[in-house]
Amino acid sequence: MTDKIISAKNVELKFGKGSEEVVALKNISLEVGAGEFVSFIGPSGCGKTTFLRTVAALENPTSGQILVNGVSPDEARTNRAYGYVFQSAGLYPWRNISKNVSLPLEIMNYSREEISKRVSESLNLVELNGFEKKFPWQLSGGMQQRASIARALSFDADLLLMDEPFGALDEIVRDHLNEQLLDLWQKTGKTICFVTHSIPEAVFLSTKIVVMSPRPGRIVDVIESPFPSSRSLEIRDSKEFISISQRVREGLRSGYDHNENKG
Amino acid sequence: MTTMRIRAKKFLKTVAGKILPILTILVLLTVVWYFFTIYLNSAMQIDKYDKQGISWNISKLVLDTMSQERPKLPAPHQIAEEIWETTVEKKITSKRSLIYHSSITLSSTIVGFILGTVLGVVLAVSIVENRAMESSLMPWIIASQTIPILAIAPMIIVVLNSLGFSGLLPKALISTYLSFFPIVVGMVKGLRSPDIILVDLMKTYNSTKVDIFFKLRLPASVPFLFTSMKVAIAISLVGAIVGELPTGAVAGLGARLLTGSYYGQTIQIWSALIMASILAATLVFSIQAIGYLVSKKMGYTNEGA
Amino acid sequence: MRELSNILLTFALLFSAICFVSSTIWFSESNIIVLILSIVGILLGLRLFFPFFASFYYDLFIGVATIIFVILNLYEDLPNGSWPLIFSSWLYSWLAVEKIMQKQFETNYLSTIRNFVAPIFFGVWIIFFWEVATVGLKIPVVILPSPSVIGIKFVASLDILWADFIQTFVKSALIGYLIGCGSGLLIAILIDSSPFLKRGLLPIGNFISALPIIGVAPIMVMWFGFDWESKAAVVVIMTFFPMLVNTITGLSISSQIEKDLMKTYGASYSQTLFFLRLHGAAPFIFNALKINSTLALIGAIVAEFFGTPIVGVGFRISTEVGRMNLDMVWAEITVAALVGTITYGIITFIEKRLTFWHPSIRGN
Repeated sequence: MTDKIISAKNVELKFGKGSEEVVALKNISLEVGAGEFVSFIGPSGCGKTTFLRTVAALENPTSGQILVNGVSPDEARTNRAYGYVFQSAGLYPWRNISKNVSLPLEIMNYSREEISKRVSESLNLVELNGFEKKFPWQLSGGMQQRASIARALSFDADLLLMDEPFGALDEIVRDHLNEQLLDLWQKTGKTICFVTHSIPEAVFLSTKIVVMSPRPGRIVDVIESPFPSSRSLEIRDSKEFISISQRVREGLRSGYDHNENKG
Repeated sequence: MTTMRIRAKKFLKTVAGKILPILTILVLLTVVWYFFTIYLNSAMQIDKYDKQGISWNISKLVLDTMSQERPKLPAPHQIAEEIWETTVEKKITSKRSLIYHSSITLSSTIVGFILGTVLGVVLAVSIVENRAMESSLMPWIIASQTIPILAIAPMIIVVLNSLGFSGLLPKALISTYLSFFPIVVGMVKGLRSPDIILVDLMKTYNSTKVDIFFKLRLPASVPFLFTSMKVAIAISLVGAIVGELPTGAVAGLGARLLTGSYYGQTIQIWSALIMASILAATLVFSIQAIGYLVSKKMGYTNEGA
Repeated sequence: MRELSNILLTFALLFSAICFVSSTIWFSESNIIVLILSIVGILLGLRLFFPFFASFYYDLFIGVATIIFVILNLYEDLPNGSWPLIFSSWLYSWLAVEKIMQKQFETNYLSTIRNFVAPIFFGVWIIFFWEVATVGLKIPVVILPSPSVIGIKFVASLDILWADFIQTFVKSALIGYLIGCGSGLLIAILIDSSPFLKRGLLPIGNFISALPIIGVAPIMVMWFGFDWESKAAVVVIMTFFPMLVNTITGLSISSQIEKDLMKTYGASYSQTLFFLRLHGAAPFIFNALKINSTLALIGAIVAEFFGTPIVGVGFRISTEVGRMNLDMVWAEITVAALVGTITYGIITFIEKRLTFWHPSIRGN
């Protein structure tokens, strides 16, 4: 039980009431073990971000049970069990990069020496050393996102929740950041939940792919990845990559069909 | 649930959400006002009792403090009575009629506001359309605001009087001076607000500068114009009131404030102030309403004025 | 920009030509210098057609030379051709300033000085024109005094001006400003945690900002007496609401993402307020501080029109207007304008340092 980082059973989430009710998540049951890299993929509005936010205690399920590290999501939040990376970097423009990375540490009352040690470690991990004194607007989009990741790594959260972090970046930068993210994952051994639109990105990065259907969001398929933990961009041209991508694509399509048949 | 019921529920919800907080605070403020009326006037009232040897109890004190002739703080109903007496129960031509005084103030406010708006719009258009005008006009416009025109209103009135201009015009000119600046600032912002890609699109149609102005810049500037007009008319009113003070305070709401102050007529002061506030609120609200209607016709939705 | 330069140049040449013609036709001993300067002006203007004499030093020279010459001769009779000469030199000086504004300077120090050149040039020429117009056209002092007369009166009345300054600006305006802005800020923070109060107070606050608050001046006199306390009370009321409204607005602009981030850190309400929302509100707070500085100054002066002891800028203005001593009135205005500009400059300076990160300050 307790070696499962995330454990969801029949989670359902509805927004609104009466005629305006929207079912964002329906019947979500899954488990994420320690050290896994799980991608959530699906069309826009399918609930993958909502699920991530539920894990983060930013939303509350209307029914069902969800446990993070064996406790409720809110307790996990107050225990500072996870780091969250948003779609936009969300860096504070009045703080330079190193102060942005130290923001959570200041709130969590780490000591001065701890803070400066952790900041330089995190910036090292994302290869942003040398940019400590720069301000967010002086950095490119990709670098800002790296800083945002460094910020999520700086305190001891073993779970990393990432909501389409590279969605706003161009493909070349994206590839580079994907490689860096994998590298980081191997170095730190954290558990990562990664929401994305992009099939190649999901297949390339994950140990497990969760395919979701459009609203109401259900899990259509859960695919275990055959690739080893250390991988390079070349696997994208391999046969297995293509067949897994096909399986993902079929899952997405069947999600649509299912909804059309119902409606 | 039928759609009618759903609509009614929604309407009640928005009423509750928006109006209830405001109403609550207003009711609270009125209660607090009455409390302070009793509190502030009681010292003088007790003095009066002692001088005249009248015995009193709490309820007598409360009632008397709310009907003093020269109270420190008049009760709301006293002010309402005074306003009623000086508006409805007096002839409009009488020098004591609040309506007479309000119309004096209102007329110079509106004249000044219109002149200021016209001037402001003309200046804004010149600044936006012509680089040369921008660098020659901007320093003057900025410099004009370093002179505190309200502070020198007395001098302006007196100087203009000795040059032969008296009555409405000097006061209106003060209002013009005050109101043109927010109009220029807002209008320039509005005329320059369209996204650069929209301007480029017009250029690909080989539009002339005049076309771009009337089809793109001018419509885009309408919300900004109405927002600045609200500021402009409020400040025009202040200018009109202050402009009435110097010439011996003969007519207008500002004059009523000053004479009330000289003769210690508290209730008169308060009624003039409330009347001026009602005027300000009506003017600003009218502009907001007109702006809303114009914007709706032009297709703006939630923004508007 | 070339279009502007050519317009200025054409008119400058025109005026120099007029000057030349009129000083030759009505030639006398006194206008030799005018004649010489007009020739200089014509030569400079030739750059419209030929690339000669284009350096801005020449433009500067003719501007300065004219000013000196005219001032020296102003108090007797101005020689013939002086007026067109004045206009043409003014235009040449303007050209010189345009050129210097375009120039890139290597050090920050020099470009900061350069940025002050245009306003200083503008100010000098306004005062110059003012002086020439009032003296040359013999405008009566009771309509508009000349800068020199005002300057003399200023220096002669330093003690009165100082006393008025302390009364109106230090006591009434400054104290009222500090109390008004401070309480507006505090109360905004206090009611920030109640959406109900915000929805009630924000519209009321906006409404009150549109009212002629200056009208409460006589009431304040009735409550606090004639002295500075009643004026400060007016300033407090005037500055409270803009600060309240702006702070409330500023505190609510933090984006959902920024607030969610704070939640994921398990941050408390006060931590979110201190680390995030007050910073986001800073541009709005400074906006209110700037608006309020103008309101405080003007409010303190105008409140004195409703009765004041025998000292104060507003008092002095209204009494001296009654005595037709307009030079004293202008001396007071100078004090007010100086105080206003300096305070605005100080607030802007602090704003640039504290909100350096905001796009509007960064210059995007």
